[in-house]
Amino acid sequence: MTILRTLALTTALTAVTTTAALAADPVKVGMITTLSGPAGYIGEQMRDGFMLAIEDGMLGGVEVEILVEDDQLNPGHGRQIADAMVYDEEVKIMTGIIFSNVAGAVVPDVVSNDVIYISPNAGPSTLAGKACDPNYFVVSWQNDTLHEVPGMLATKKGYEKAFLMAPNYQAGKDALVGFMRGFEGEAVGELYTQLDQVDFAPEIAQIRAAQPDVLYQFLPGALGINFLKQYDQAGLEGIDMVLPEPVDAVMIGAIGEAVIGLTEATHWAPNFDNPASTAFVAAWVDAYGDRPLTAYAEQGYTAALAIASGLLATGGDVSDVVALRDAIAQADFESPRGDFAFGVNQHPIMDWYEAKIVAGDTGPQIIAGDLIAEDVGDVYAAECSM
Amino acid sequence: MILVFEQLLNGLQYGVMLFLLAAGLTLIFGIMGIINLAHGSLYMVGAFAGVWVAAQTGSFWLGLPAALAAAALTGVIIEAMVIRRLYDRDHLEQVLATFALILVCNELIVIVFGRQPRFAGIPDSLTGSVELLPGLFYPLYRLIIIAVGMLVAGGLYLFINRTRVGMLIRAGSTDREMVRALGVDIRRLYTAVFALGAVMAGLAGYLAAPLFAVQVGMGERILLATFVVVVVGGVGSIRGAFVAGIALGILDTAMRAFVPGLLKTVMNNADADALGTGLASMGIYLIMALVLLVKPRGLLPAKG
Repeated sequence: MTILRTLALTTALTAVTTTAALAADPVKVGMITTLSGPAGYIGEQMRDGFMLAIEDGMLGGVEVEILVEDDQLNPGHGRQIADAMVYDEEVKIMTGIIFSNVAGAVVPDVVSNDVIYISPNAGPSTLAGKACDPNYFVVSWQNDTLHEVPGMLATKKGYEKAFLMAPNYQAGKDALVGFMRGFEGEAVGELYTQLDQVDFAPEIAQIRAAQPDVLYQFLPGALGINFLKQYDQAGLEGIDMVLPEPVDAVMIGAIGEAVIGLTEATHWAPNFDNPASTAFVAAWVDAYGDRPLTAYAEQGYTAALAIASGLLATGGDVSDVVALRDAIAQADFESPRGDFAFGVNQHPIMDWYEAKIVAGDTGPQIIAGDLIAEDVGDVYAAECSM
Repeated sequence: MILVFEQLLNGLQYGVMLFLLAAGLTLIFGIMGIINLAHGSLYMVGAFAGVWVAAQTGSFWLGLPAALAAAALTGVIIEAMVIRRLYDRDHLEQVLATFALILVCNELIVIVFGRQPRFAGIPDSLTGSVELLPGLFYPLYRLIIIAVGMLVAGGLYLFINRTRVGMLIRAGSTDREMVRALGVDIRRLYTAVFALGAVMAGLAGYLAAPLFAVQVGMGERILLATFVVVVVGGVGSIRGAFVAGIALGILDTAMRAFVPGLLKTVMNNADADALGTGLASMGIYLIMALVLLVKPRGLLPAKG
C-alpha cells in the first residue's frame, strides 16, 4: 500500500514537471519608457497601444511577459533599468524609450549585448548613420524626418518665407535644420526658446514683426500648449502655421479651439481607412473608452507588431538573435499606417500625410488627408553599412 | 517702436505674474522664516481646482472662487500638518520637507486628474485683442492680468500697512516673542499669513491657466524665477517683491526680445543667436548676482 502510494505520487510529480517543461517560460520583453512627470502621458499612450497587440498574453502566437519600467526621463536611470533587464532578467527583446537622450544612454549598450531593441519613438541621428546596428530597429521615424516632411509640406503649400522656432537644445536645433532640408523657401527668422519657458509674448511679438508667410514651431508638450494658447490670443492674422507630428491629440485637447484649422504632417491619424487601422482604433475604444488616441499609441502598437512578426517566424525561440532580427527586418506585418518597410539602417520607409485639426464631437481632432510624400526614408541611411 | 512698447507690456504682464507668486513667498519667508518650496504646488492646486470647476459648471467666473478656496484650504492643511513643525528647524530641513510636499502634491494631482494637461478656456468677453495704439494690438486677457496684479498689489499694501492684522503681521516678523507676550495668538496669525500667500498663488495659477499648460509640475517651472524675485526684492518685503517682480519681468522679456537682435549687428547670425539666447536665459540670475553684490539684503529690504 505504501509502495503503491509512493509510486502514484512519483508518477504524479513526474507528470507535473514534464508539463512545466513543455510549456516554455514566457518570452520576456523589456519596456523602458517615460511614465512620470509632465511627459508621462506619452509613455502611457505608447504602452497602452503596445498592449493592444497582445491577445490572451500571446504575441505572435507565443506567450510573453512584458516588464514595464519608468525611466523618469532620466538617462542614468534608464541605463540602470536596462542593465537589470539585460543581465538579471536576461531579456532578449526591448522597446519603449520615448526620449532621444535616454535612448542615447541605453541603446548602444543593449544592442551590443545581442538584445534586439525596437524603438517606438526616439530616432536620434547619432544611432541612424555610421553607428547603425543590426539589432536596432526604429518603427516611429528618424528624428530629422519628423521635420523634413513639414518642410516639404510648407513648400507644397506654396509658402516662401518661414519663421522657425524651437527650444534651445539639440533636438530643437536638429528640428530647424531638418525643416530647412525639406523647405525650398527662405527662413526670415529663427528663434530658440528656453526649455522651461512659460511665457511666449516676446517671441510672438517678434513673429508679428517679421511678417512670415508661415510659422514652423517644434515646441513639444507644455511648451507647445503654452505657445499655441498665447499665439491664438495674440490674434496674428495672415500667418499660417505648420506643425510637426508631436502636436498630438492630448495636447490639442488641452489647448481647445485655438488649434482648429492648423496644419500638421503625420504618418498616422485615427481616421486612416485600412483594416489594420480600423481594428486598432476599435480595440483602443473598446479598451480605453474615450481617452484621446495619439500617434504615440500607434507607434507602440506597431512596435508590438514588429516583435510579434519576429516571434511568429522563430516560434518564440529568442536564443538565435540573427534569425529573430532577420525576421523582424522583413517588416512582415500590417501596421495601421499602411505601407511600411525598414531601410538599410532599419529605420522606417513610409508615407506621410497632411493633416488638419478640425472641430470634432468631443473636441478638436487630427484628420489626415492628402499625401505629402511617399516612401520617405532618412538622410542617414546612406552612411549606414550593414 | 511699437514692438518695443509691446514688449514692455509683455514684460509688465510677466512681472505681475511673478509678483503674485513672490508676494506670498516673501511673506511666508520673511515673516515666518520658512523656505516654502511647495509654493508652486499651491499655484498648481489653484489652477487645477479652478479649471475643473470651470469645466464642470461652464463658467470661468465660478472657477475663480474655487481656485482661491482650494489653494487656501491646501495652504491651511499644509501649514497645520507640516510647516508648523518646521518653525524652529533649520532651513535644510524646511527645504527637504517642502520638497517632499512638491512630490506628494504632484502625485495627488496625477491620482485625481491624471497626467494629461487640462483644457482651460477664457470667457468670450475676455478674448480677442485691444488696439492700444495704432497698429498695436494687445490681448485683452493679458491686460486683465496686469490690472488684477496691480489691484492686488495696492490691496496688499493697504492691508499690510493700514489694518490691524497687517500691523500684527509686521510686528510678528520683527519680534515674534514680543507679539506673543502681548497676548496675540501667533499660531493663528501664521496660519492666516500662510493662507494669504496660498490664495495669491492660487489666483496666479488660475489667471495663468488660459495662457499656460495646466499640468502636473507647472508650479516648478515658475518657482525658480519667483525665488529670484524674492531675493532681489529683499526677503520679507512686499514692496520689494513688487518692484523686483516688475523690473525682472521687463528685463527678462527685453533681453529675450532684443539681445539676439542687437548682437546680430556686431557678429554673424548663428553666433548671435547662440550667445543671445544664452545671455537672455542667464539674464535674471546675473541681475540677482549683481544686486546681491551691491545690496546684499535686496533692493528694498523689509524693516527690522
